[in-house]
This record gives sequence, structure tokens and C-alpha cells, in this order.
Amino acid sequence: MSTIKEIQDEIVEEFELFDDWMQRYEHMIELGKSLPLIEEKYKTEENLIKGCQSKVWVHAEMEDEKLVFTADSDAIITKGIIAILVRAYSNQHPNDILEADNKFIDEIGLKEHLSPTRANGLVSMIKQLKMYAIAYKTQLN
Amino acid sequence: MKVATEKAHFDVESIRKDFPILSRKVNGYPLVYLDNAATSQTPQQVINSITNYYSQYNSNIHRGVHSLSQEATDAYEQARIKIQKHFNAEKSNEIIFTSGTTHAINLVASGFTSLLEKGDELVVSALEHHSNIVPWQMLCERTGAIMKVIPMNEHGMLDLAEYENLLSEKTKLVFINHVSNALGTVNPVQKIIEKAHAAGAAVLLDGAQAAPHIKADVQALDVDFYVVSAHKMCGPTGVGILYGKEEWLNKLPPYQGGGEMIATVTFEKTTYADLPHKFEAGTPNISGGIAFGDALDYMNTIGFDKIAAYEQELLEYATEKLLKIEGLRIYGVSEEKTAVISFNIGEIHPYDIGTIIDKLGIAVRTGHHCAQPVMDYYKIPGTVRASFAFYNTKAEIDTFVEALEKAKKMLS
Ligand SMILES: Cc1ncc(COP(=O)(O)O)c(C=O)c1O
Repeated sequence: MSTIKEIQDEIVEEFELFDDWMQRYEHMIELGKSLPLIEEKYKTEENLIKGCQSKVWVHAEMEDEKLVFTADSDAIITKGIIAILVRAYSNQHPNDILEADNKFIDEIGLKEHLSPTRANGLVSMIKQLKMYAIAYKTQLN
Repeated sequence: MKVATEKAHFDVESIRKDFPILSRKVNGYPLVYLDNAATSQTPQQVINSITNYYSQYNSNIHRGVHSLSQEATDAYEQARIKIQKHFNAEKSNEIIFTSGTTHAINLVASGFTSLLEKGDELVVSALEHHSNIVPWQMLCERTGAIMKVIPMNEHGMLDLAEYENLLSEKTKLVFINHVSNALGTVNPVQKIIEKAHAAGAAVLLDGAQAAPHIKADVQALDVDFYVVSAHKMCGPTGVGILYGKEEWLNKLPPYQGGGEMIATVTFEKTTYADLPHKFEAGTPNISGGIAFGDALDYMNTIGFDKIAAYEQELLEYATEKLLKIEGLRIYGVSEEKTAVISFNIGEIHPYDIGTIIDKLGIAVRTGHHCAQPVMDYYKIPGTVRASFAFYNTKAEIDTFVEALEKAKKMLS
């Protein structure tokens, strides 16, 4: 099993193959299609991330001390972003999720999505994933 | 005749030179600014007005005996008169400076608290911006008054027959936008006002979206309150006005207490200043008020008739071009509308389109445009809204359409 850092590096390497933003966005949209989809029954108000212009739902479940995320969005760019995050953070121990940094987002040229004032904040998505990690971590103890 | 054709020609290229921001690049592309309904851009003349204030005569108004204070007071009051003339108010004390449309609406809504009784009725339209809904809902909560809604139809137009049914002797106030921000619909305000008055109700028009395109004459309209924001008509942010008929403004109690709005103060009793100061507590946005006056001068020098004619030309051009994009649907197809096009392409989320075309230097608004009831009517999460100003060009519209085609290809 790869660590978060290893997966992040892998994603960065993938994005390095592209030399303009359009190809990077196209790749991101492609990644959105491989996102492990949240079950319809979990598309609830509670699982909706606040502060996004498009809808983003994230659901978390614990499997063998690892957090498994599923998600969806009604906008495909947002879906691509959440897919990148889920790929990096899913199937990891809550502690590792909490310790991870997000420099890789900058490195793959999606920095503009990192602004905390952006309507569809990556920041609020990351926060949500970490909130789940905190919640499940307490369950583990 | 050569002279005549030259006169009819709208010299957009020379107008664009007045707006420094229009020559900047965004994400490596020349900026194409099509979010004018949210905030318009600022000409150098207005920027100079602000710079000049702070570099030459910045000081507090209505208070000092010194020269700077006198100059600032004169300029501020001069701006009030420019605004009065622009909207053809009878008196300059009917123009109250506010921080914008939202503040102006809240001022009136707050004032009506003491004028309403339980069971009184207010009439609003289904086309409103949240700014013209929420303050009145709060008023209803305070007073027990009831809010009735004029429905809209598929074209984005109000159902006037239903409006007449809603009016009764219980109706105290009707508040409607002159132009809808989400769709650009120009509402038949003259008729709406006549019917309201016949029923004995007052009318507030939210002119935020109308004022940049239509020169409203408040006396000809016979409207009781008219509110606008400077930042949508080439002025600075954080300033706007409430126009109110003098008799109404005298009836409303002050909104905020503080300096400037008093005649005398003792701990037993304070008497309030006369209009307009009664509603202007505290130090206002002085440079903003002055610059608002200068923004009106700027637009009037070009001429609202010319601006409207040119913007209509842009609207027609853009509508025709956009409809060539397969799957594109325009929301709001009222016969009379300002240069606003709200649309979606197929099932693509407006946020996705906005994000992609931003990468190409194009600024549009996406989302519900603070008019969720309108989006609910169409059962959509939002739209892409392109809103044009007199400094936009057909070439920009071509760039916009090309960008949309690109976005569509990436996102389908
Ligand atoms: C119709 C309408 N009313 C009110 C407002 C609020 O204006 P402001 O934010 O300047 O107070 C807007 C601005 O978007 C508007 O379009």
C-alpha cells in the first residue's frame, strides 16, 4: 500500500506530462470519471460540503483502521478535484490523513483552487476530509 | 452626409481608453469583462475624482469651519445635486446617501416597522435579488405583516393579472426591481406603480440593475422610493442612494443614531436633523459620494440614449451568436431586457463553464445570482450570466463564443 506522499508524488508526475492548463484540466476531468462514487443514499444534506457553488458530497467509512472515501459532485471540474483528493487520502489511516500536507496541489498547477476565498474551495474539501479523519480517529482510540 | 453618420457611430474604442483595467491580461489573455451586472468598471475620470479627493481636500464634512472641510462639504453636496438632477428628483434632500442598494432597502424596511400592523400586506415579485426579499421578510417577522409574491412566467416576465389580484386595501407596500439581475427583464414599472397607488400602497423600486442602462425619472414614474448602487454604474463600491419622496422620508423614523443626524442632544431627548441628514448618521463615504456624482457626469456625457442603443446592439449580436451553440438555452426572453444573457449549455454545470472560460481571460458570473427563487422556478442550480456594458465590443463577444465552444468540448 502506497503512502499519501507516494500517491501525491505519483499524481504530480502524471500532471508533469502536460504542458498547458487545458491538458491538465482535461486530465483532471478524466480523473473525475474514476472517482469511487458515493451511494445515492449518502447524498444527504449532512454529507454536502458547505461553501461550494457546485454540490460536493463526501462519505467516509472505516475499513481495517483505514478511512475509505466516496464522493460525487454535480460539476465535473469539482468532481475532478475531489477525485484527486480521494485518490491521495482514501485507504489511509486517519493519523496519516491528518498529518498530510497539500503542497502537491500547487505542484500540479491547480493553485488557483487553493484560495480560501474561492467559491468552490479545495480548502473546504480538504478540511472536510480531515474532519472525518478526526472523527474516526477518536473512534479508534 | 458624413457628419450625420459620424454622429450615429458609437466610438467604443475611444471609450475603452478611459478604462485602464480593460487593457490588462488575465491568465495570459486580454481581459474580456462580462460581469458588469455585478460591478461595472471604473473610468479614469472617476479614479481621478477619488485620487483628487484624498490628495487635495480629504476632511470631514458638515463639521469644520476650516477650508478643507468646506471644500469637501461643497463637493459632497454638489454630488447630491448631480444625483438629484440625474434622477429628476424634485428636491436634493430627497436623495439620501447610503452604502448601496442593500443598505437603502434596509433603511426603508426598518422605517416601515412602526408603520405596519399585523395582517398588513406587502407585495414582492418572483424575480427579486435576495437584497429585495430578506429585509422585508425580517420586517414581516417584526410586524406580523404578510408577504405576497407576483409569479413569473417561462419568459421571465411578471404576471400582471395576478399582480392586480394580489392588491387590496390591505396592501401597504410593493417592492420590485426595475430590472431583474438574474435575467435582465425590464419590468413594466409604470403600470405596477399606477396599480399600487390606486390600491393605496407605496412602491419601492430596486433600480440597481436599471440605473446603469436606463435613466429613470422618479417624478414621471411617481415612484415613492428608488434605490441604486454606484458600483454598477461606473462609480466606486460602498456607496449608493435612497431616493424617497419627501413626505415619505418625513414619515420614516431615523435608521441609525449617531453624529450628523441630530439637531440637539441631551440625555433626556434628542431632536433629529432635517432631511437628508436624519438618515445619514456618522461620517459617510465622502470620496465615494463625490465620485458617484462624477460617474454620472461621465455616463451622461456619453449619453444614456447612446449607451442603451449600443448595448441593445451588443445584446442582439450576442444572443444571435450564442444561440448558434448547440444545446444552449437562454433564460429570460422578455421582449424588453437589458444587455444580460443568462444561459446554460446542455447539462453542463455553470460553474464548470465559468472556470474554464476564466482560464481564457473571460469574466462572467455563475451560480444563482442571489436570486434563488428565479432558479427554483426553472428548476436549475444556476446559470452562466454574461452582462454587457457600453465599453464591451462585438470582437469580445466573438472571443466569448469561441471560449464557450472550447469549454463545451472539454466538458461534454
Ligand atoms: C437587483 C439588485 N438588487 C440589489 C443588489 C445589491 O446591491 P449592493 O450589493 O450594491 O447593495 C444587486 C446587486 O447585485 C442587484 O442586482
